[in-house]
Amino acid sequence: METPFWLWLIEGPFWLIAATIFVLGVGWRLVSLLALGRRRDLSVPRGSAAGGALRAILLHFIPHGGFFSSTTFHVLTGYLFHLALFALLLFAAPHVTFLEKNVLGFAWPAMPRWAFIVTAELAFAGLILLWARRISDPVQRQITDGGDHAQLWLTFAVMLTGCLALEEASLALRGLHMVMVELWLIYFPFSRLMHAFTWALSRGAMGATFGRRGVMP
Amino acid sequence: MSATTAAAGAPAMGGARAKEQAKGGIAPAIEALKGKIDSTVAAQLEACIHCGQCAEACHFYLTSGDPRLTPRHKLVPLETVYRRHMAPFSGLARMFALAPADLTRADLEAWAELLYDSCTLCGRCTVVCPMGIDIASLVRLSRAALVAADLVPESMQAAADRAVAQGSPLITEEVMRRVCAAQEKETGIRVPIDKQGAEYMVALSAMEYLNFYEVIGALARIFKAAGIDWTIASKGFEATNIGYQMGSDAIARTLVSRIVDAAHDLGVKYVVSPECGHAYTALNWEGPNMVGRPFDFEVVHILELLDRLVREGRIRLAPDETRRVTYHDPCQISRRGGVIEEPRHLLRALGANFVEMKRHGVANICCGGGGGVSAVTRAEERRIAAFACKKAQIDELGGIEGLVTACANCRNVLEEAIDAWDMELPVLGLTELVAEHLVDEAPAEEAGAPAGAA
Ligand code: SF4
Ligand code: SF4
Repeated sequence: METPFWLWLIEGPFWLIAATIFVLGVGWRLVSLLALGRRRDLSVPRGSAAGGALRAILLHFIPHGGFFSSTTFHVLTGYLFHLALFALLLFAAPHVTFLEKNVLGFAWPAMPRWAFIVTAELAFAGLILLWARRISDPVQRQITDGGDHAQLWLTFAVMLTGCLALEEASLALRGLHMVMVELWLIYFPFSRLMHAFTWALSRGAMGATFGRRGVMP
Repeated sequence: MSATTAAAGAPAMGGARAKEQAKGGIAPAIEALKGKIDSTVAAQLEACIHCGQCAEACHFYLTSGDPRLTPRHKLVPLETVYRRHMAPFSGLARMFALAPADLTRADLEAWAELLYDSCTLCGRCTVVCPMGIDIASLVRLSRAALVAADLVPESMQAAADRAVAQGSPLITEEVMRRVCAAQEKETGIRVPIDKQGAEYMVALSAMEYLNFYEVIGALARIFKAAGIDWTIASKGFEATNIGYQMGSDAIARTLVSRIVDAAHDLGVKYVVSPECGHAYTALNWEGPNMVGRPFDFEVVHILELLDRLVREGRIRLAPDETRRVTYHDPCQISRRGGVIEEPRHLLRALGANFVEMKRHGVANICCGGGGGVSAVTRAEERRIAAFACKKAQIDELGGIEGLVTACANCRNVLEEAIDAWDMELPVLGLTELVAEHLVDEAPAEEAGAPAGAA
């Protein structure tokens, strides 16, 4: 089947533009963040800053200090959503093909259709639970802003259109999914979606400070 | 014109000028925050996913259920300034009216209660935060805006003014000399003041001189037994640093410089940081950064020193403490200072029936009055209420006969709260406990010249 012009536009130039904005935007944001510099710490270290940074990066993947019982919902829904999302991103058959054709030039085994459906359901469940808590928990309502909702709904739209486009039966649905992905990529560097990169910087900076003090909160 | 005057004058003026004036009023606060934002602060503000888990760690939220006391929410002024003025793309965001509205004096007035009364800078929220955000540090930095806007709580400002004027927020040099002389008399051991060339200089906290002065006699006995040559400096006798707590760089530097200069003038090798949480952070971890150069002496925490003396056999302790005790970790010494095992070694050396609270060490729960909160009179009710978290920990253990700690401020706050909650529980200072169990104490020498004449 010949690719219609509008789909060519979406998957060709628009994709390139979105991907470029994503890469340059993320790069610019990270570089300007690091360019703010960090004051040299003149205190006498008791331990290693680098070791502390690494420890904090690893340690904060799972709750410690006895907090699992009070954060079980956050932890489980958070991991459920993120792990399922990454699995879909990397192993959904159309993604493997798309990445091979447009980005990487090589492929790897994709997940079977049944696994896609289960994983997608898990990802939706995770996202919906995270959203439900965001709108119902007084603490989260207090600290939630428009950006949190925007990125959540945009991600939801990407996932939903992705599921609709799975059969690749309709070019329109495939195009719609691509448009949502492109919007998501363009929005990414300007939003809190950047936490996908800043998590390591934040944990690392804290870990470096306390690593020098020989302790790890 | 101070920020207060500017804001007070604004309503009387017309339109643009009033706006301009109001902007002038808030400008120093905004500049103060801008000056605090480096890559660490930025990365931490950027990484927050607004998940709210930090609330689960904060004794102020846990005991009130008030979502405004969520640790992350306390950072709104800092975040506003970052996102409006300093974040990547903030120019673009301002151009398209997507940046948050600029900080106002009303915002700061509303946040003074959150930043000064409702955060002990305990850092427990960092433990639970999936992004490892050091909220305590960011709260402390945020206080700089309140300093710039003249919004420091009155009682705290008064304590700072006294510290600058008389060398301590609670006492004068003369009182210090009197207390030391009384302890000399009590113990029969000399308490040297301004001894040139002593190896160790001890700075104590105001609360110790005023309320827990037996610690001075305890130190005299321990140091005598260990053969340690020590002194207190009349120019740097106070270890606490209210400037550090209130977020005033200028006052913090002035206060820490007194210790640094006194240590330099006396030519000591070590400065002993006492049983005081923030004094240790302010001197050891932040002191060199405040004065802009490494120290020409070593800072040693009293718990590290005592532990070392026991391990090296320079003092021997009778392991005959029979009481069932638990240890309250002062946040700045344990979680934020890294001195966690030393007090436990000491307690075991005393033979105490020592039991740990369920959350201890890095995960300990604050006394409720750290970070300057105990200096904020209007926060008293909140502080006492926050003790419920600590009380639950102690009650859970059951049969505790002594609550040992190593911070005079914790000790005072805990004693007040224990009283307010109608509990019976002695709060014990670890240094004093160590002195009580000394064996092979050398016979008391005749106290020499009066304190201060060394
Ligand atoms: S540092 Fe302590 S008091 Fe402050 S917000 Fe965090 S948990 Fe609460
Ligand atoms: S726990 Fe950490 S990431 Fe979550 S809201 Fe609090 S500060 Fe932000």
